[in-house]
Amino acid sequence: IMCASAKYNTRGPALIPRMKTKHRIYYITLFSIVLLGLIATGMFQFWPHSIESSSDWTVEKRSVHDVPVVKLPADSPIPERGDLSCRMHTCFDVYRCGFNPKNKIKVYIYSLKKYVDEYGTSVSNTISREYNELLTAISDSEFYTDDVNRACLFVPSIDVLNQNALRIKETAQALAQLSRWDRGTNHLLFNMLPGGPPDYNTALDVPRDRALLAGGGFSTWTYRQGYDVSIPVYSPLSGEVDLPERGPGPRRYFILSSQMALHPEYRSELEALQVENGESVLILDKCTNLSDGVPAVRKRCHKNQVFDYPQVLQESTFCVVLRGARLGQAVLSDVLQAGCVPVIIADSYILPFSEVLDWKRASVVIPEEKMPEMYSILQSVPQRQIEEMQRQARWFWEAYFRSMKAIALATLQIINDRIYPYAAISYEEWNDPPAVKWSSVSNPLFLPLIPPQSQAFTAIVLTYDRVESLFRVITEVSKVPSLSKLLVVWNNQNKNPPEDSLWPKIRVPLKVVRTAENKLSNRFFPYDEIETEAVLAIDDDIIMLTSDELQFGYEVWREFPDRLVGYPGRLHLWDHEMNKWKYESEWTNEVSMVLTGAAFYHKYFNYLYTYKMPGDIKNWVDAHMNCEDIAMNFLVANVTGKSVIKVTPRKKFKCPECTAIDGLSLDQTHMVERSECINKFASVFGTMPLKVVEHRADPVLYKDDFPEKLKSFPNIGSL
Amino acid sequence: MQTRKKYIFLTFLASWLLLFFFGGDQLRRFGFFSERKAEARRNWPRWTDRSLLKSFADPEELQSDGDPSLPSPRAQRAARLSVYKNSRCRMETCFDFSRCEKRGFKVFTYPRERDQPLSESYGKILASIKRSRYYTPNPEEACLFILSIDTLDRDHLSGQYVRNVDEKIRSFPLWNGGRNHLIFNLYSGTWPSYTEDLGFDIGQAILAKASFYTKSFRPGFDISIPLFSKDHPQRGGERGWLYQDSIPPKKKYLLVFKGKRYLTGIGSGTRNALHHIHNGKDIVSLTTCKHGKDWEKHKDVRCDKDNVDYEKFDYQELLHNSTFCIVPRGRRLGSFRFLEALQAACIPVLLSDGWELPFAEAIDWGKAAVVGNERLLLQIPSAVRCIHPERVLAFQQQTQFLWDAYFSSVDKIVHTTLEIIKDRLLPHRSRSRFLWNTLPGGLLALPDFSTHLGDFPFYYLQHGSGPSEKFTAFIRAVSLACSLSQPILRLIQAVSGSQYCAQILVLWSCEKPPPPSGKWPQTSVPLTIIQGRRKLSDRFFPYTAIQTDAVLSLDEHTSLSTSEVDFAFVVWRSFPERIVGFPTRSHFWDAEQRRWGYTSKWTNELSIVLTAAAFYHRY
Repeated sequence: IMCASAKYNTRGPALIPRMKTKHRIYYITLFSIVLLGLIATGMFQFWPHSIESSSDWTVEKRSVHDVPVVKLPADSPIPERGDLSCRMHTCFDVYRCGFNPKNKIKVYIYSLKKYVDEYGTSVSNTISREYNELLTAISDSEFYTDDVNRACLFVPSIDVLNQNALRIKETAQALAQLSRWDRGTNHLLFNMLPGGPPDYNTALDVPRDRALLAGGGFSTWTYRQGYDVSIPVYSPLSGEVDLPERGPGPRRYFILSSQMALHPEYRSELEALQVENGESVLILDKCTNLSDGVPAVRKRCHKNQVFDYPQVLQESTFCVVLRGARLGQAVLSDVLQAGCVPVIIADSYILPFSEVLDWKRASVVIPEEKMPEMYSILQSVPQRQIEEMQRQARWFWEAYFRSMKAIALATLQIINDRIYPYAAISYEEWNDPPAVKWSSVSNPLFLPLIPPQSQAFTAIVLTYDRVESLFRVITEVSKVPSLSKLLVVWNNQNKNPPEDSLWPKIRVPLKVVRTAENKLSNRFFPYDEIETEAVLAIDDDIIMLTSDELQFGYEVWREFPDRLVGYPGRLHLWDHEMNKWKYESEWTNEVSMVLTGAAFYHKYFNYLYTYKMPGDIKNWVDAHMNCEDIAMNFLVANVTGKSVIKVTPRKKFKCPECTAIDGLSLDQTHMVERSECINKFASVFGTMPLKVVEHRADPVLYKDDFPEKLKSFPNIGSL
Repeated sequence: MQTRKKYIFLTFLASWLLLFFFGGDQLRRFGFFSERKAEARRNWPRWTDRSLLKSFADPEELQSDGDPSLPSPRAQRAARLSVYKNSRCRMETCFDFSRCEKRGFKVFTYPRERDQPLSESYGKILASIKRSRYYTPNPEEACLFILSIDTLDRDHLSGQYVRNVDEKIRSFPLWNGGRNHLIFNLYSGTWPSYTEDLGFDIGQAILAKASFYTKSFRPGFDISIPLFSKDHPQRGGERGWLYQDSIPPKKKYLLVFKGKRYLTGIGSGTRNALHHIHNGKDIVSLTTCKHGKDWEKHKDVRCDKDNVDYEKFDYQELLHNSTFCIVPRGRRLGSFRFLEALQAACIPVLLSDGWELPFAEAIDWGKAAVVGNERLLLQIPSAVRCIHPERVLAFQQQTQFLWDAYFSSVDKIVHTTLEIIKDRLLPHRSRSRFLWNTLPGGLLALPDFSTHLGDFPFYYLQHGSGPSEKFTAFIRAVSLACSLSQPILRLIQAVSGSQYCAQILVLWSCEKPPPPSGKWPQTSVPLTIIQGRRKLSDRFFPYTAIQTDAVLSLDEHTSLSTSEVDFAFVVWRSFPERIVGFPTRSHFWDAEQRRWGYTSKWTNELSIVLTAAAFYHRY
């Protein structure tokens, strides 16, 4: 099967190669491949052949006016009116899209033609600037295909963005004669200004049969949920005016209305608001006495005051977006660009991309009837939320409104998500602005499960050659009641582990895994042998932990399964003199890391460490033979956003951090190296994920004046 | 031997590379590697005069979209009201918002008539509503009405089918064409077509129905509910079955289905095809023809063999041991299987085209289920195989969260329905999609408190923020003497000494008025006295004076030191969603008396901290 997802190795770092016997076959295969390649290349090199120059296709020096003209006979067929009951499963042919390893639909664009009626009068403008931009964007995207037979979605080049700029019947005839029209199946039309006088329909009036409609200004009665796509009305001002993002904070006006040609009834309601609330409400209208040459669209007036549009929008916290003759308004795009929170007053309007965008985070929707209460409703929005809405509004504009390209790609992505729902883009990816994506944490173990005690834990001992100490650790650890299995990772390739008979006899299964290379990351490999969620990583010289302490650590981990729960704690500090992070192992009030020389954690983090460690940290650790524990602390804190938990009082560990570099005592160079690690990791993660805490976990009755015999964990804290 | 081979190999490689280098250009164009000429695809032309093209609309036209000849907005609204009725109902045309304005969202259930038949499930629904905080026994103040007539089963062949509903409801003076009514239904239509006909005219009532078909669903108005059995618990409900998060998901089967195969009629298309994906190893898809009275009449060649295979596997065993579960349509679109799979953390693979998923207005099903396509059944195995293990893990956890938050009991299903309707009444005071789909879920995150994520204790991590850095100390004074005793003075001193203390509130629950401000100790932080009403719950009242996220609840006779307060606050900031406190108690199961016991003895375990001295979030 072809999967887009990365395959991962379930077996682990190859356990002792068995290659030698296969060498011959391997080489022979390689030879034949090379030989074949050679012959093939030679043949292509010297074979007489003519290859058409690829440049013919790409550089087309043609004008829009040179496109072929198609004459539509008066009696050519007209498609049926759009079918309101169409849904993806009834009107869309999914077989055209099929299973595809990339989970991307293929979109075909018909070539541009000029349509004229019998008398040679053109049906519409050949193509508008915006529609050309839209088609260019599709053509440059990875959705595009130029092979009509492989296409899943067809986009006509007939421009129907503005219904008023075309002749309805003839445009419909032009659609019907497209080569793959087939009653509009899998065809996508883009329309921003639907309807016309006198009734202003909320969807394109051009008969279009089963074609999907990406429309601006749908109402809940014309929008076919899950079939059509609601898109914004593009504002060409977006391209002309550069409004830099304004930071959150109070603005001069509270409510602003900038629309021209509002219905007098709306205008009088807005003016009533202004009378009530004074200066904080600003109602703008068209300027009447502008000097020549000043474009009316770039100015707004209030009495005799003239304001620059759209700059004035940045002066207000909330901006009113009222329905006009149509539901969709270009001003929405301007308002979002200005980072002004839109107040949408248009009953039954389907907001742009509402299938994926959470408009509650960026706008306030008020029913038309409630317009007089607008002021009090808006005042009830908490200030902190307003600031977030402003940021969110700006983000929506940047991501989905700012250009025809953004609109086109969002539309295709929505349709793509419907066809490949298992590869769909998530709510967070659609809605979270980059700043939130960056600062927020989505914990992969978000469900607060308390693993049953009976599940127990697996201990993993990383060892090189200290057999005697290793055996002591095994014997000690095996006394812990909740231990279910012991895994020894034998990291020494030059020496075989002791014979089976020499190992201590313990009550739980003991398994030795031999590794192919002496790497520190081997201790964090998600071995299949680990059947429990909980993993106890323990060094082969940690013999000072009592069985009570370990059992208690496991109990604490059960309560916090998404955290590192460990014994020796360490701290990172900001060194103001050197302007960098520093590693601290002395007695401190705070803890931000626990050493994995003795720590409980979820097996999932082994998986993350092995396959999802950012940057080159994993290789860096293996190369330096140090800091694998700091890397693990970073990784866990980064994905969960939570601190470590240190259990039990401090005790003298026999230099637990020296295990990596054997024999080296806790001296200055070691501390420098560890500090180096912290700085390196912080730069790779791009942030300092570690959280500092000032507490640790002790048993409930620890140190209380109470008979030791009745305590659950009496043997804790003794040296 | 080895070295010679190496040399030969190297020579070959070098010459090949050389050739490739010279001939590569042609090679690539010739399409040696890909069938098609990737670089030579015919893109949309770059027109020479593209910058001269006209805009799709005149800027002036875009900015001033109005037509003076149109009727006034008020007239338009009135016109919509008369046009969009019944099957085209929306909240703004068929729901009377004014009923809910004065007294808020109140729900009234019609009194039950004596001899009226009532199914177990409908009885539970009515009980849930009565227990809801929105219930009112007074129809005058109600905003939403619920019939006492059992409308759950509208299959007229069923024994629970209630006749003459039309006549009955028309005789209700409150019916009003169904306006502001909510009707529950689980089964509609019957053999053979299973239409969505309820057998009576619901008019302008909101329909909360299982197995909703998108075509008859009135978006933003109706509500799709899950199909639940009559044994579904009234409240509480069983927990989900996910006990561990393992990656990759170590389950015996990848994809399972076990159920009926329809030989004829609606839904048979999908169920007839299910056996094709069975591979007997990790995909088990079993069907049986043995159901209904006359199955043998329709039976086909597969039936006998299928029936034998079918008996080999146990449904519960499959459910427990599979990563994905196929939830195909039955005769109707929804099935019990859906909730069963959800509870079992077996990710539902939905094969039910056109099914409006339960509570889809609030719940983002893309995070918990694979919405398949009936027509693409054969692609399902490869599609689910390709879902990344991390995503599978997230899916599994989400099924459990959704099950526990919205589905595990009738109470939850009914309350979710009510909350969704309530959210529509005040769009600016409603839950965002994020709130619905994130732990602890929409029933526990109340928008009446706030609509801002940072105000809740649950979302700091996802929101990228943290609880406020100060706390409010809240002291309850109830002493008999009704005067300032020594302990309370000492307590105020200790608490105000904390560097994290923002203010102190004293709840004075005494008959006598509190002493004048001069008598209170001088503190570095503001001290406010609130007159209480001598009720015990007063201490948990959300006073507007509490501006910090953290509240330190204290009794007047509590004795604490400043550093104890500081330490507890620092701990609370690490666990803002918990109560962090000093005196502890424990609960235990008293096996003799068969009830829970409470103890203040010294124990090894604890489950309760006393709010005589504890930090908690003000939410």
